[in-house]
Parts: sequence; structure tokens; C-alpha cells
Amino acid sequence: MKRNLISLAVAAACAFAGSAQAQISDGIVKIGVLNDMSGLYSDITGQGSVIAAKMAVEDYIKASKSTLKVEVVGADHQNKPDVGSNVARQWYDTEKVDMIADVPTSSVGLAIAKISADKGKLHVNSGSATADLTGKACNANTIHWAYDTWMLANGTGKAIVKSGGDTWFFLTADYAFGHALERDTEAVVLKNGGKVVGKVRTPFPTQDFSSFLLQAQASKAKIIGLANAGGDTTNSIKQAFEFGITKGGQNLAGLLVFLPDVHSLSLEKAQGLMLTETFYWDLNDQTRAFTKRFAAANGGKFPSMVQAGVYSSVIHYLKAVDAAKTDDGTKVAAKMKELPTDDPLFGKGSVRADGRKIHPAYLFEVKKPSESKGPYDYYKLVSTIPANEAFRPLSESDCPLVAKK
Amino acid sequence: MEIFGIPSQALFGQLLIGLINGSFYALLSLGLAVIFGLLNIINFSHGAQYMLGAFVAYLSLNKLGINYWLSLILTPLIVGATGVLIEKTMLKRLYKLDHLYGLLLTFGLALIIQGVFRHEFGSSGMPYPVPEIFQGVFNLGFMFLPKYRAWVIGVSLFVCLTTWFVIERTKLGAYLRAATENPTLVQAFGINVPRMVTLTYGFGVALAALAGVMAAPIYQVSPMMGADIIIVVFAVVVVGGMGSIMGAILTGFGLGLVEGLTKVFYPEASNTVIFVIMTIVLLLKPAGLFGTQK
Repeated sequence: MKRNLISLAVAAACAFAGSAQAQISDGIVKIGVLNDMSGLYSDITGQGSVIAAKMAVEDYIKASKSTLKVEVVGADHQNKPDVGSNVARQWYDTEKVDMIADVPTSSVGLAIAKISADKGKLHVNSGSATADLTGKACNANTIHWAYDTWMLANGTGKAIVKSGGDTWFFLTADYAFGHALERDTEAVVLKNGGKVVGKVRTPFPTQDFSSFLLQAQASKAKIIGLANAGGDTTNSIKQAFEFGITKGGQNLAGLLVFLPDVHSLSLEKAQGLMLTETFYWDLNDQTRAFTKRFAAANGGKFPSMVQAGVYSSVIHYLKAVDAAKTDDGTKVAAKMKELPTDDPLFGKGSVRADGRKIHPAYLFEVKKPSESKGPYDYYKLVSTIPANEAFRPLSESDCPLVAKK
Repeated sequence: MEIFGIPSQALFGQLLIGLINGSFYALLSLGLAVIFGLLNIINFSHGAQYMLGAFVAYLSLNKLGINYWLSLILTPLIVGATGVLIEKTMLKRLYKLDHLYGLLLTFGLALIIQGVFRHEFGSSGMPYPVPEIFQGVFNLGFMFLPKYRAWVIGVSLFVCLTTWFVIERTKLGAYLRAATENPTLVQAFGINVPRMVTLTYGFGVALAALAGVMAAPIYQVSPMMGADIIIVVFAVVVVGGMGSIMGAILTGFGLGLVEGLTKVFYPEASNTVIFVIMTIVLLLKPAGLFGTQK
């Protein structure tokens, strides 16, 4: 009975659809925003990403006068690959979701990338960090937006080594993301003449870093590299401040720091931190305009790089769906790589053969409290890394799609 | 001098850190042990009440300008009062039923409280300043000990030992213990048992809130802070013996030390070592290390 109703509804929807949509499955392009809605990454992604996706749909349809029908749904993966995988399977198999966006927490991102490829759907990832998504775990149905560990290592890592921080001790979140970030940063440190004097793996997530910070202090490394994110990073920084680590002459390198993290730390604790991001609300008029609208819908909270990435990637996705006249995952992925990107938040860029989205990266330093004019006015721009240098070159990639044999 | 390959100085530093964490475990498990030991209620909302303590301190500082010292006294009173309210309106009805109903009710309350706060405040956590007198560190030679953390150990030891003393060695404590064993008889002697039960629950909750206020300057004041710690605290209470006050205190500090040592030798296991110990203890002595078979 239910089946008949559904087929009737689908037939009716098809009847109303224009000929351009004859190949859109069920007449609707359905986007699933899967991320951490309740845990340590929920301020960086969470509901804000769903809002960003909905804004992207509205803005695209208004600007292009497209006749696509688009629906956005959201779900919580709780930072667990098994939970995320279950949601993804259910979405793809029974709820007719065509594309999964966002997905922070690299272990979940890797799982979703694989499932999307197996089912011929599309995964456009803005939240995960691991560069493996366009490296050894790459596939034709996964596109990696916003940022990755290679970019972070070569942005922040290189800048710090070059400015004299040549001995490192790593505090690494003990899962896929932490390992990837530590590996990529270690490579940069060694390449630029530095040394890694020690590393410790911290359970993910952890509240209390005092014991690990003590080990870092005992190592006498000039730089304590924080290969973690979200609540882990803010707790590490807060506790390092408490134990007088910086007073003892050591410096912290926040390898992945987002604007909401700096907001919750307060400038007093975060000042002087060097970090690399690919989006900041105060870069130009377009980012400022977007931020104003986003903050109004998001309870006054400004967008993070990930949420901006969701907005930008959804717009490009819809453009590709219209151009390819289908929502078949593999075909749209190919189209996304064909079309150059140009959006108000990340500027001009493109998607490479390995699925890596290219755009400029920015090295920022966190302002001192006296330099800030108000909430979220936290960064000063130190340098801009052009798009073709910011991400791992294709020649160094171990992605099977581009590997030369 | 090296012990097991770690310089002894570094080891002492880690043990001290373990002791500090153990202070929080001891304070929290004390509240749980009091509530379970005396009232037979499995209070799953203990973590949420710990979080409430931290948040009330944070809000009263930022909205009313109430400083840390006043908060230490006021916050446990306020949150303890909400505990009294919960007991009078909801828990009272469950005493005649199976333990599980109390567990379910308090668990549900915890989810609601956490959800509301997370909706309001997000999960990143709020900063709470260390009181001025405790800013800075003691240079102990083998490590720098933040003054505030030394204060935490001191308060925790004081509160734990005082509570133990009151319950085990004073007349009031004797009434409480008698009331849980045989409430009808004790009531027949003219003691207001329901009021004692209510106030005891309120006291246990106040202990959790006190731990929350103490934790605010060290950990981020976040809606998730209770959920993260409550599981460990339950393990501590189970290992110590569900009804034993001294057991909870000693186990709290002891497991804090064990966790601290694990972080040095095999950090990846530091989240799980307490549960491994709990499993072993339950297999060998199901009533817990200090508990008595009821």
C-alpha cells in the first residue's frame, strides 16, 4: 500500500517536472548535511552547516533562476564512524539522498567517502582534515573542499619552522585525523631542517592535558605542536597557559584552530597563536556580507571555515547538477572537476582530478586583546599562500586516480 | 635517577597530576556514594549537576558579578536546592519501586539538562578565570604546580574527610545510617526521616555542584563536561564499593593516580584503564574493594 502511494507520488512529481529534470532522481536533489551536532566539533560544524547549506540553495536558485527542486536534511554522526556509516547507508538506500556534505572527524569522512563510491553517490567533504581523502583513500565520488592536513602543515608548520621553531614535541589526538596531521607536519619540519624530539598520543577526546603537557615541558622542545582540534585544542591551550608553559620559553603551535575556538578561548589566552585558514569573515566585502546574513540565522555566531566550505561546495554542486542535467553522483563529480569555481567566500579556484578543491590559503596571527575592535575581530593577516602552492602538488600525490605508473 | 625508564622527577610530576584528577573523582564519587549508600538511589544526573555547578558559577560571575569565593558557597546551595526540588517532586515517588526507575528518571533528567544547556550555549565551552590569589605556579623543582590545582587537592581532601567524619562518627550520621536501614523504626523514635532523606539528596547534589565550581577555572565550562566525567565516576564508585564512603574517597584518589601513571607509560590506554580495573575488581570482589555484601 505504502509502495503504491510512493510510486504514485513520484509519478506525479515527474509529471510536473520540466524536461530538464527528467534525469534528476525522484525529481528532487536531496543534500544530507552529516556532522557533529552535539559534541566537541558542533560549534565548528553542527547546525551552522545546515544553515549554510540552506543559504547556498536559496542563493543559487535566486541567482541562476534554476528550476531545480532541492531539499536539505541534517543528522548527527557523534564523531563515530559506525554511527555515520549507518546514517549514510540509510540516507542513500531509503531516503533518496543524492549528496552528503560536511562530515567533520576524519575517521567518519573516510568511511563516508568509501560508502559514497560504493553506491555511486557523491560526497563533498568540508569538515574532515585528513589529506588522505585526496591521497591514498581518494575515489571518483569524493571531493575535498575547504582545507586539509597537508595545507595546515605547510602553512602553519612551515612558517613556524622558518621563524626559528626547529625542535618539536607533538600532542596528537589518537585517531585518523591526529595521525595524519602529525605525519604531514613532521614531514614539513624535517624538510625544513627541524627535529621532532618526541610525541604523545592522547585519547580522543580528552578533557585534561596536564600530564601530556608536562611531558612536553620535560622534552624542552621549542615548539609544542597540537595535532588536535576543537575542544581538545582549546583545553590544551588553556591548560598550557595554566602550567606556565609559554612563560618557560616554549611556544604552542595550534595546527588546526578555527574561529569559534579562538572565541571560546578569549584573546587573552589565544593571542600570538599562528594558524592557517582558507576563510575569514573579515577578508573582503563579500565575506562580510555573507557573515552578516549567516550570523543573523545562527544566533549571532560567526561562520567557521567549515561552514563557509559547506556553503561554497553546495553552490558549486548545484551548478554542476544543472550543467550535467543529472544528480548521478559519479557524473556530477566529474562535472564539478570540469567547471571552474567562483564564489563570494573562497574566490576563484578549481577542483582537481584527485578531488582536491584548490583556493588560496591565509596565514593568520591571533590579535592581542588591545588590537581587537570587538567580538570575532581576532585575526591579522600575515601572508597569503596562492592556490597553486597551498595544497599538495599532484606530483606528490598517492591517489590512484592520478598516480603515474 | 630513572624509574622504569622515566626520570623520577617527571614521574613525581605525573603522580601529582594524577592526584589532582583524583581529587575531582573523589569529590564526585563521594556525592554519588552518599546518595546511593544512604538513599539507595542511583543518581545518574550527578554529572549534569556537576555541570550545573560550573554553569551557575559562570553565569553568576558574568551576569551578577558574583566572584569565585562567594560562588563556592552560593552555587552548591542553589544547585542543592534544585536537588531538593527534584527529590520532593519526583524521586520520592520511586522509593517503593525497583532501583532501575530511579536510574531511568535521573538519567532522563541528565539528558534534558544537558540538552537545554547545549542548545543555549553550544559545546565549545566558556572561559572562567582563575581567582587572582591562585594565579601563578609553585616551583617544586621537578615541575611547576599551578597554585590553583594545589588548592583543589586541599579542598577536596578537606571536604571528603569532613563528610566521612560526619557520616561515620557523629550522631547525625548515625541517624542517617539508621534511617536507611530501617526507616519505620527510626521514624517511630520521632526523627523526621523523609526530611533527612531530602536533605541528604540535596547535600549529595551540592557536593557535585561544588566539584563543578572547582573545575570551572581548569576545564572549559561546557555542557558536555558532566557527561564526559560521570562514567568514570561511576566506575570509581563501583570499584570502591557502592555503599562505602571511605571506599569512594580512597578509590577516587587511587584511580586518579593509576590513570596518571598510565598516561606516562601508555597514554592511549589512559581512558580505559579505570574500566579494566573495574572489570577485574568486579570479577574478584563483586561488592567492591571496601563494600559489604548486602
